Amino acid sequence: MKNLEDLKKQIKDGLSELDVVIGWTDSFDPLHATPHFMRSEADVDKLKVDALCVHNLATYLPSLKGKKVGIVVKGCDSRSVVELLQENLINRDDVTIFGFGCTGVVDQTKIRRAVGDVGQVEACEVSDAEVKLSVAGKEHKLPMADVIADKCQTCRYPNAVVSDQFVGDEIKATASFEDGYKDLEEFEAKSTEEKFGFWLGEMDRCIRCYACRNACPMCVCRDHCVAQSRDPHWLSQEAHVRDKWMFQVIHAYHLAGRCTECGECQRACPVDIPILLFKKKFNKEIKEVFNYEAGLDPEAKPPLQTFKIDEPTIKEKEW
Amino acid sequence: MPVLEGKELRIVGFLCNWCSYGGADTAGVGRFTQPTDLRVIKVPCSGRIDPLFIVKTLMSGADGVLVSGCHPNDCHYAEGNFYARRRLEMLKRFIPMLGIDPDRFDYTWVSASEGQRWQEVVTKFTEQIHKLGPAQKIEGPEAEETLKLMEASL
Repeated sequence: MKNLEDLKKQIKDGLSELDVVIGWTDSFDPLHATPHFMRSEADVDKLKVDALCVHNLATYLPSLKGKKVGIVVKGCDSRSVVELLQENLINRDDVTIFGFGCTGVVDQTKIRRAVGDVGQVEACEVSDAEVKLSVAGKEHKLPMADVIADKCQTCRYPNAVVSDQFVGDEIKATASFEDGYKDLEEFEAKSTEEKFGFWLGEMDRCIRCYACRNACPMCVCRDHCVAQSRDPHWLSQEAHVRDKWMFQVIHAYHLAGRCTECGECQRACPVDIPILLFKKKFNKEIKEVFNYEAGLDPEAKPPLQTFKIDEPTIKEKEW
Repeated sequence: MPVLEGKELRIVGFLCNWCSYGGADTAGVGRFTQPTDLRVIKVPCSGRIDPLFIVKTLMSGADGVLVSGCHPNDCHYAEGNFYARRRLEMLKRFIPMLGIDPDRFDYTWVSASEGQRWQEVVTKFTEQIHKLGPAQKIEGPEAEETLKLMEASL
């Protein structure tokens, strides 16, 4: 990131009034970044912002409610913050948002597929054009276009939609709403039986680790999640595909009209189940019926939490 | 073997206590002929119906689900069915994603006095499900076997 020093300075200036500022820093190997909780100037010096900083840090905000928190956000992350504000899960006065214009993040799965074993990464250099990797003594040069996350290719909000401090220049988005849903349309072209079979196969891999739920900034029930509740007993403890599949539908349904498509659920999935498709489907339908997109206006009300007496856009069946 | 085995499908109806359940009762009192495939679950209000009830029902082996509540503006709790309408419409649009035919689920409004309309709705919906035939089932231990296993472990 070009303006990293500016960002660091802004954070240092605000640090005295904040309990903690959340950003990213180096992780266990050069190919990964990890969330970073900054409390001192020395911590701020370790801040890193580049295409490896994939985590949506808004996930941590609800559990820090009541504290003065600073947060560094990309465009997509900022939409999650807006959504949390909308639902009163955080207070605007307590959160200081450091926004910037994001040029996209890498998809670790794509890197893994291109390189093979990424167990021993010795060096990694990320630029706007490519990712240079040194793995077990071998050099790899991967063009950015090949390893960028799918969501970034069709990003419409690269700049933080809400921020107290904005670093660097704004980035112009070129994609349209429809661009983001091409993969969904492709999937929807399948027949009913094919779709059913597809999910049976995909969901069978699920290990019910709930990483998708824990990474999701909008999954705020956590300890009270219906997936683990015995009363009501929505899901059994059986490792049966029916329960796994049902869990994913519950997850998607609880996000209807709230999901900002940051893609954290799918990124966190250790077995690469394309669960973002469910959420995209809801978003597409919500846009069509209610002309609404989550995470843009802190004052708006999610469409499923309100109603109109006459619904001109809902066409009911005539018997 | 029951007489109707093979002729009947498993259809679940979620009916609101105040209008549609009354409507179904009116139809019964009026002795209107109805298909017998539908099993009724009475709920306090259509707004009580979590769309996940329907997904769970379909995934657990139902061939069709019908939801019926009070007509909009006639809800006993003033606005329950308005919320229900939005949720159910979203569900209707979502279930094709799961590989379930959207025609296996429908929602409608029937008032307590509309026995005739109830008969019509049930008949048409049942016909619609029979046209689709039995739904694809998720293979796995049947409920009875699970129960046996549970009993054995107690």
